[in-house]
Amino acid sequence: MTDTTATASHFQAHEDHGHHDADHKPGFFARWFMSTNHKDIGTLYLIFAIFAGIVGGAISGLMRAELAQPGIQYLQTWTVLMGGAPDFDTALHMWNVLITAHGLIMVFFMVMPAIIGGFGNWFVPIMIGAPDMAFPRMNNLSFWLLVPSLLLLIGSTFVSGGSGHGAGVGWTVYAPLSTTGSAGPAVDMGILSLHLAGASSILGAINFITTIFNMRAPGMTLHKMPLFVWSVLVTAFLLLLALPVLAAAITMLLTDRNFGTTFYDASGGGDPVLYQHLFWFFGHPEVYIMILPGFGIVSQIISTFSKKPVFGYLGMAYAMVAIGVVGFVVWAHHMFTTGMSVDVKMYFTAATMVIAVPTGIKIFSWIATMWGGSLSFKTPMLWAVGFIFLFTVGGVTGVVLANGGVDNIMHDTYYVVAHFHYVLSLGAVFSLFAGFYYWFGKMTGRMYNEFLGQVHFWLFFIGVNVLFFPMHFLGLDGMPRRIPDYPDAFTKWNQLATHGYEIMAFSMIFFFVNVFWSMFAGKKAEGNYWGEGATTLEWTLSSPPPYHQFEQLPHIADDHH
Amino acid sequence: MNSAVLPRDRNLRTGMITVLLALAMLALGFAAAPLYRIFCQVTGLNGTTQRSTTGVAPGGVVGKLINVRFDGNVSPSLPWQFGPEKRGARIAIGARQMAFFTATNLSSEPITGTASFNVTPDQAGQYFTKIQCFCFTSQTLKPGETVRMPVIYYVDPAILKDKDARDINEITLSYTFFPDKSAVDSGRTDG
Repeated sequence: MTDTTATASHFQAHEDHGHHDADHKPGFFARWFMSTNHKDIGTLYLIFAIFAGIVGGAISGLMRAELAQPGIQYLQTWTVLMGGAPDFDTALHMWNVLITAHGLIMVFFMVMPAIIGGFGNWFVPIMIGAPDMAFPRMNNLSFWLLVPSLLLLIGSTFVSGGSGHGAGVGWTVYAPLSTTGSAGPAVDMGILSLHLAGASSILGAINFITTIFNMRAPGMTLHKMPLFVWSVLVTAFLLLLALPVLAAAITMLLTDRNFGTTFYDASGGGDPVLYQHLFWFFGHPEVYIMILPGFGIVSQIISTFSKKPVFGYLGMAYAMVAIGVVGFVVWAHHMFTTGMSVDVKMYFTAATMVIAVPTGIKIFSWIATMWGGSLSFKTPMLWAVGFIFLFTVGGVTGVVLANGGVDNIMHDTYYVVAHFHYVLSLGAVFSLFAGFYYWFGKMTGRMYNEFLGQVHFWLFFIGVNVLFFPMHFLGLDGMPRRIPDYPDAFTKWNQLATHGYEIMAFSMIFFFVNVFWSMFAGKKAEGNYWGEGATTLEWTLSSPPPYHQFEQLPHIADDHH
Repeated sequence: MNSAVLPRDRNLRTGMITVLLALAMLALGFAAAPLYRIFCQVTGLNGTTQRSTTGVAPGGVVGKLINVRFDGNVSPSLPWQFGPEKRGARIAIGARQMAFFTATNLSSEPITGTASFNVTPDQAGQYFTKIQCFCFTSQTLKPGETVRMPVIYYVDPAILKDKDARDINEITLSYTFFPDKSAVDSGRTDG
């Protein structure tokens, strides 16, 4: 096997000089509000994502509290607290608002900002040996578009959404519920929020593609780029091609709502199913947008803690390309129940299952990387291995759901909820935590506490499994998603799931204590605190890296193997 | 790579290409609306019925009968009563057929309505051909007026050759009347 990642020793010589002005930082306001520095913007993204994660996670806590018992316990109280009417229908609208907010916040304001905006901004330029992103000011715009976007979404919960305050349309915003079904400005605000978040991501994608194509250090060929950079490159293309379609789809929602067009209205010759096609043409690549950078992070970590280069580097890179390409032609597997012909279902079933092949290559290669490696199970490695396990569980239920016939029964049940939380809430989020612990010392200059990190991992791992695994059983027994009440027969598994949430929430105390304690009192981090397994360029720099790195570009030598 | 080109210009060029890609996808997103309508009309997707170009039916296939059921609905925002005269019929595949629907304007003002339509099962859409239909145009009813509206149709014998559709023994033709949004005297009462 060739060592295709760049090796640290090649660049050490170039980093010994030229640091005189590299660490000069502007004043507080200019630095954080007018930032053009990729590391500062990455930090802003991470702070933003942690804030959004707290909000989105708290909302799921409200939902699990309500679902702990059959019947409606808390919804009316929360509705009144939010200034709504205390009646039953408004309370049910409140439920729709909660599921909508949880989905949108976690997708657009937690996972994407953290994994692409946060880690992508921080480490893509460093890993390819670039001083910064290609368009630093556009990078600033990308971040600051997200802030009004989130404010619009939060603001929408205080105005009318038809049957109560807030947009209660689900993260999919299906017509006709989102058009004729939701009067009032809440849904308009939600749609504008999506427009802004989409524009932010498209600008970010343009920036990443240009950076990766044009700003690699001499000798850093595409086939030598670290896998995390590959994953962000593929993700950026998915963003660039998928998000404009969402923008078009939700713009037509807006005109249907406000200007009398009938794109999705049967009474004027439109078709609500068209919205579903457009949404999922975006929506399916979107789920890969959330997971692909996670694949990249996990690849770096597995390699570091196995002290081996990744097994099958090229296969890993092109597996991500393949997942990205095939991800665009499987969208209708989200719509199996909209009345497709057998042949169409057959195609979408087969195409969906094909994705299991490149995904399987990745799982295999991660395990093969660990095989025979010199393993050390530090916190990032625990999260990475946890990721592989949980993502595989979610992948297996995904193959089950890919069957058009099976999906007729499973559609919109908790089985689907379990599936996508295993791949996203457990997959993407585990990769986020893995990356956070892996690079914490690099970003802050101080080491996290290993004991607290491991306690966090084990409690979180147990908690989320107790939380999400029973949902498979609930779904197979026919419990529908998006409904706050259920028959008594589902009580036990729901109670257990809520206890799982409690364990997970408890584990987060260890995370926050660890972050705050380590930030101020943690051990000083060396440049390469992971040792010989960490071979990518960020480990050739100090921790934290100088404010401007690579004033003299590193040269990546040809590997002689 | 041309070393005479400044890195900044290369970045701008790559950036512009990606911007164009994004704009192309945006245009494709909007173009999806008319393309989807054409696609449904051509393929009968979602039970979209066909419209006869010749105006003649191919003639009945001996011994091949199929049930057709009729269904009529009215949008809550249209104060009409509307439904089929007969619930259904057993007809010869390929033969020209006629069915009647009646609509009554229950309000005290003239209202223009337009009917949307489809058939189930969806696979039958491409074989259900209309020669003449009240749904081709909008209908204006005076206050209290009742009209009988014909639909002339046939079931294309090609249905017998389609492996996905040949086992269908009952097709439901459904109409829903909506207020005509393009008409000035629309009876829409709410949003």
